[in-house]
Amino acid sequence: MQKLELRGLKVAVGPTLTCTVAAGECLVLRGASGVGKSLLLRAIADLDRHEGEVLLDGVPQDAVAAPIWRRKVLYVATEPGWWADYVGDHFPDRDGIAGDLDNFGFSPDCLEWRVDRLSSGERQRLGLIRALSLQPDVLLLDEPTATLDALNTGRVEKLVADHCRDGMAVLWVSHDEDQARRVATHILRLSPTQAVAEAVS
Amino acid sequence: MSYVSIDLTDLLIASLLVLANGGLSLLFGLGLAKKLIWSALRMTIQLLAIGFVLRWLFAMESPWLTLIAALAMVAVAGREIMARQDRRLSGLWAYGLGTSTMLAAAMVVTVFALTTQIRPDPWWDPQYALPILGMILGNTMTGIALGLQTLTRGLERGKAGVEARLALGETRFGATRHVLRDALSSALIPVINGMAAAGIVSLPGMMTGQILAGVEPVEAVEYQILIMFLIAGGTAFGAIAAVLGGIMRLTDSRHRLRLDRLANP
Repeated sequence: MQKLELRGLKVAVGPTLTCTVAAGECLVLRGASGVGKSLLLRAIADLDRHEGEVLLDGVPQDAVAAPIWRRKVLYVATEPGWWADYVGDHFPDRDGIAGDLDNFGFSPDCLEWRVDRLSSGERQRLGLIRALSLQPDVLLLDEPTATLDALNTGRVEKLVADHCRDGMAVLWVSHDEDQARRVATHILRLSPTQAVAEAVS
Repeated sequence: MSYVSIDLTDLLIASLLVLANGGLSLLFGLGLAKKLIWSALRMTIQLLAIGFVLRWLFAMESPWLTLIAALAMVAVAGREIMARQDRRLSGLWAYGLGTSTMLAAAMVVTVFALTTQIRPDPWWDPQYALPILGMILGNTMTGIALGLQTLTRGLERGKAGVEARLALGETRFGATRHVLRDALSSALIPVINGMAAAGIVSLPGMMTGQILAGVEPVEAVEYQILIMFLIAGGTAFGAIAAVLGGIMRLTDSRHRLRLDRLANP
C-alpha cells in the first residue's frame, strides 16, 4: 500500500506541514486564499523548490528522478495547461481514456477539437482525465471543481472516490465546506501559522 | 573587367541627395531633417574610421592583431544580442550565453572556411578573415537573438503548458520541445528566406560589391553561394547551442521550470 508522508514541508508562505496520507485516504486542505495550499501541492510534486521532506512508501523525493516521481505523485492545476493545438495531441493513449471521456459526458470526437475553443469547465475535466490516465499513486487536486456545475462536480467527486477505493491517495484543495465533508477522510485547515485537523462529520 | 574609382567630389555630389531630403523634411515640417543629417554624418565617420582601421590591419599582417579585431567584433555583436532581449537571463548569463555561443559558432565556421575552402596564404589573412567573420557574425547574431527572444517569451507565456507537461512526468527537454521548435524556427527563418530570395528578389550585397569591383559575375556568384552556406551553418549551430543553453538555464536538475532566473524587466 502506498503512503505519502510529509515531514516539515515548508513553502514560501503558510505553515510547516507534517502529516501522512495512506492509500485509499483523501485529505482535504482548506484555508483562506494565499495561505499556500497550491504551493504545497506543487512542492509535493517537486515543481517548486521547498524545505522539508516528502516520501512515498518511505522513499524520499530526491532519491527518485523528478519525472518518475511526478508520474506517481501527480499534480493537477486548477487551470490545467495545454501545449498543442488539438485536444487529442495531449493524450498519448486514446483508447485508454474512452471510458473516462464517456463518464464525463464527452463524445470520442472531442479529441479532434481545438484546445482554444474549450470552455474552462471542459479544460478542467479533460485535465483530470489526462492525469488519471497515467494511473498515479497519489493525486494532488487543486480545486478540481472550481469551474464545474453541480452535475459535473458530482461526477468528479464520484470518479475520485472510485479511484480512492482502488488504492489511490488523494490530496484535495477545496474551498467548499460541504464538498470537503463529502469527499474527505481527513481535513486539515491551514492558517498562516499552523495546520489544524478538523472533524470530518 | 574594369574598376572605376570614386573620389571626394563624387561623394559630395551624392550627399546632395541627403541634403535635398532634409530640405523636403523642413518644407513639410516632418522634423526629420536633424536626424537625417546627423545619421548621414555618423555613417560617414564610422565607415571612414573602419576603412582606415582595416587598411592598418591589412598592412600590419599580424595574426594577433587580427584575432583582437575579431574578438572585438564578437564582443560588440554580443552586446547587440543582449540589447534585443525583452526578458534577459539574470546576472552574467544575459551577456554570456548569447556571446559565447556566437563566438564558438562563428569562429568554428570562419576557421573552417578559411582553412579548407578559401585557403588564403596565410590562412588568417585579415583581408579574408575579417569580412567573412563579419558576414557570419551578423547573421549568427540575428539568429541567436531571435531564438533566445522566442524561447524566453514562449516559456513565460506558455508556462502553464510547460508545467503541465512536467507535472505529467516529462523531462525538462521533453516538456519544452514545442518551445524549442518555435525558437529554432524563428532563428533560422531569416536565413532560409534569404537563401530562397537570393538572386530573384535580391542581389546579395557581397556579390554586388564584388561585381562592382570588377570580379567576373559567375565567380562572384560562387563566392556568394559559399558565404550563404557558411551563414546557414553558423546561424544553425549558434542558435541551437544558445536555445539549448537557455533551456538548461531556465530549468534545473530536478526538471523544474525556473523563470526566477530571468532578470526583472
